[in-house]
Amino acid sequence: MAQFRLPKNSVVGVGKTYPAPSGAKDVRSFRIYRFDPESGQNPRYDTYEVDMATCGPMVLDALIKIKNEIDPTLTFRRSCREGICGSCAMNIDGVNTLACTRATEDVKGTVKIFPLPHMPVIKDLVPDLTNFYAQYASVKPWLQTRTPAPPDRERLQSKEDQEKIDRPAACILCACCSTSCPSYWWNGDRYLGPAALLAAYRWIVDTRDEATGERLDALEDPFKLYRCHTIMNCTEACPKDLNPAKAIAEIKKKMAERRH
Amino acid sequence: MSNPKFERPLSPFMNYRWQYTNTLSILHRVTGIALSVGLLLFVYWLVSAANGPEAYASAQAVFAHPLTIVALVGFSFAFFYHLLNGVRHLVWDAGHGFEKSTARTSGWLVAIGAVVLTAMLWFLLVRGGAV
Repeated sequence: MAQFRLPKNSVVGVGKTYPAPSGAKDVRSFRIYRFDPESGQNPRYDTYEVDMATCGPMVLDALIKIKNEIDPTLTFRRSCREGICGSCAMNIDGVNTLACTRATEDVKGTVKIFPLPHMPVIKDLVPDLTNFYAQYASVKPWLQTRTPAPPDRERLQSKEDQEKIDRPAACILCACCSTSCPSYWWNGDRYLGPAALLAAYRWIVDTRDEATGERLDALEDPFKLYRCHTIMNCTEACPKDLNPAKAIAEIKKKMAERRH
Repeated sequence: MSNPKFERPLSPFMNYRWQYTNTLSILHRVTGIALSVGLLLFVYWLVSAANGPEAYASAQAVFAHPLTIVALVGFSFAFFYHLLNGVRHLVWDAGHGFEKSTARTSGWLVAIGAVVLTAMLWFLLVRGGAV
């Protein structure tokens, strides 16, 4: 059942404000969700004023600057800083995206930063992705075959067949799409969500894979697949410009087609 | 990693930005519910007609009330929106129109189309003297 309010222990209070150093001219405010598991207290918002004259252009640059120079306790995931690892996925200015590819300049007013929505929070901007990864594993994201591979070469693919999987295989599993989906918020325990379903689609349309039937069987379920109501928040959120909504529609189509 | 003394909080989600995607989707649900509720008005009208001239006359008075007319305008908008967006969903289910720009355009067409059709319907009703 759809639930609209946060549980008691998750209601966010107001925290501290860290003012900009005196003399700073180009100041931007970053309002960041904080949660310290050691404190026994509810989450809070802290506001950091950052001098943009000495800060890089991306939201991730600002986060790193805050951690280095203002508050070393600020916790977030990051690695590649170029949109390929998916670690710094978070909710910035109301939408899910990667902090490393989102320019601070493109956000109006105070930059509001939250962890990915409707997820258990480990600390600050770090959500627990255990369920998300388990769902990805549940679609068996690997090549399944019955026939042996040719003895002298790899399983070859035509250019056209490769093109079918080019885009869906570019998913970096950042979880921006799944955690932008209201269906996933409210049925995330049983609905697989756009990221896992995009991965399922990637293997369903792979012409080398020989388990298409079993893959479709596994998704034949009122919740796993059909909780998708084509809201399209997933496609709108994807920082890699992929189209999970279309992939899910294609799976639904294959389900319908094989019944006839 | 986990602290047994404190359960992990749930990150906020109701502050997700209202984009055209989730807005049109929730509107589809709201208009669907509105259509179900609005049908009761028509049931009431039919039942009153079956109950003889006096009951029918009092029902006509109810339907002439400005508040009822406002509700009927809302009902007709719900009907047109749900119809047009339903067609949009049908096209999606056939696997078409998923490109971001296409989906945005179809969303605008549905929203504007529903307003235009509602306006046209009531323009014709008023001009025809039905209201």
